[in-house]
Amino acid sequence: MEKVKVKICCGTSCFVMGAAQIQVLEFAPPADIADKIEIEEARCMNHCKDTTAKYNRGPFVMVNDELIEEANFEKVVNKIREILNQEK
Amino acid sequence: MLIPKNNANQMRTRILVKIVEKFLQGRFADADRIPLELRPKGGEVSRCCIYKDRAILKYRCMASMGFAPEDETDELTSLKEYGEKALERTTHAVNKLSVITDACSGCIRSRYLVTDACRGCFAKPCQINCPKQAISIVNGRSNIDPDKCISCGRCQEVCPYHAIIRVPIPCEEACPVGAISKDESGKEHIDPEKCILCGKCLQSCPFGAVVEMSQIVDVLKLLADENKKVVAMLAPAVLGQFPGTINNLIGALKKLGFADVVEVAIGADITTKKEAAEFLEKMKNGEKLMTSSCCPAYYKAADIHIPEIKPFVSHTRTPMYYTAELLKQEQPDCVSVFVGPCLAKRFEAESDPNVDYVLTFEEIGAMFVASGINVADCEPEEFAKISCAQGRRFPVSGGVAGAIASLVGDKAEFKPTAINGLNKANIKLLKQYATKGSEFNMVEVMCCEGGCVAGPGCVALAKKSAIMVENYVKTAPDLNEQKD
Repeated sequence: MEKVKVKICCGTSCFVMGAAQIQVLEFAPPADIADKIEIEEARCMNHCKDTTAKYNRGPFVMVNDELIEEANFEKVVNKIREILNQEK
Repeated sequence: MLIPKNNANQMRTRILVKIVEKFLQGRFADADRIPLELRPKGGEVSRCCIYKDRAILKYRCMASMGFAPEDETDELTSLKEYGEKALERTTHAVNKLSVITDACSGCIRSRYLVTDACRGCFAKPCQINCPKQAISIVNGRSNIDPDKCISCGRCQEVCPYHAIIRVPIPCEEACPVGAISKDESGKEHIDPEKCILCGKCLQSCPFGAVVEMSQIVDVLKLLADENKKVVAMLAPAVLGQFPGTINNLIGALKKLGFADVVEVAIGADITTKKEAAEFLEKMKNGEKLMTSSCCPAYYKAADIHIPEIKPFVSHTRTPMYYTAELLKQEQPDCVSVFVGPCLAKRFEAESDPNVDYVLTFEEIGAMFVASGINVADCEPEEFAKISCAQGRRFPVSGGVAGAIASLVGDKAEFKPTAINGLNKANIKLLKQYATKGSEFNMVEVMCCEGGCVAGPGCVALAKKSAIMVENYVKTAPDLNEQKD
């Protein structure tokens, strides 16, 4: 089975707003998803510069091809589990 | 520790970003929109309703502008007015931690709770063993009267069904020195006479009720003033706090308006030399023990709470002290801003005339976000002075003792140990070392578990930052080879 790709935006904006904490996934991922994910530290993906959004919706995380806004550890883990369950 | 910051902590960052935004957009003219923007109509609600959320956000904004929530005299004072007041003041914000009373959930008074697993048994060991007759039977089950309970835990120990649980109060549990406690109404209060400003309560409260008074507005004002020369002193825990190299970071700070950036690791090298010399002298004089002194929360704790250890605390000053001293000798007209992971440094700075302001990495991060600065894209610049491996390793547990050991070498017997994180148990241990002696002659004490890289003002995970610190150490010269 192909691993779920988790791309954590590590531009300064996302990193400060909370992406830094989502990196827990690298060190201590929940046991059920630990060997099923591939983590990538991304440079600024420019979503924070989206001028149509009224406010900065960061931090941004891509899980496979889905973009998570105002991401936190919980949201990202839930999305990964959702994708893994679909594949079953 | 590998527990990500909770939502309450992330909210603090968002508030700081908004404060900077509102300053940059119009010197706080629009500041009263912050609670509305962070809790927009129809959006997520985390307390009972959106209005309570917004009311508490206002108090948190006040704290971020440097005003203690309990100092509020008129509830109608707007954030715009607080902002203006902050810009007018010439001395910085009050320096303390506070509890927002309305945000404090007043966690249960009794630390023990009977759960549904109680069978209402015949033996009733809980009731029999309770020294205060606090347990009665209500609806066929044991019930603890919180007014009588003294939280001794006997009932929990004797229940054969494990039906009684201990419910900790997070802030009280986290405070190493018993400075936070309940008032008559059950809400928490911090005693400023006892508080060592370590920030553990702030990190642990799940309701985000504890706030610190930020100096961010004071520094923003200075950065905007072209006649002021503001210099950032970067604590060595900075490695890994912002993606990009430390050289990119110098460029980024200059973009924010800092005239110059110096490394506190330079001061740490001086601390290492002086501390090693002091250690050798003390051992020569037959003293049994010396403890480090670079953690301000620790020496404040020693001062107020651990009188036994006080005679053994080293007299060498902190890396911040020496860095600021050097800086003010070279650039007497500058405004010095310490940038670090630590809240207790604010208290240290109060008695150091060479340190004008103290910001956290989180606060600097908020400035980057609001100004749209991406550190990794900034023009890399070099430091004027190169720090050594010893000083660079100060922010990780074992780093200070290791640095001193490398200078002491075989000149004396060096038997170090590290207190990695100040808590109630470790305070007892320190008392023991002082009164009963130990097999060690050098004790390194760091209030935050893991070292400064785990400080309350950090952005990055402690583990990540520690890896980057070690990498940075590898590229540095050895202090032993440095010529004076």
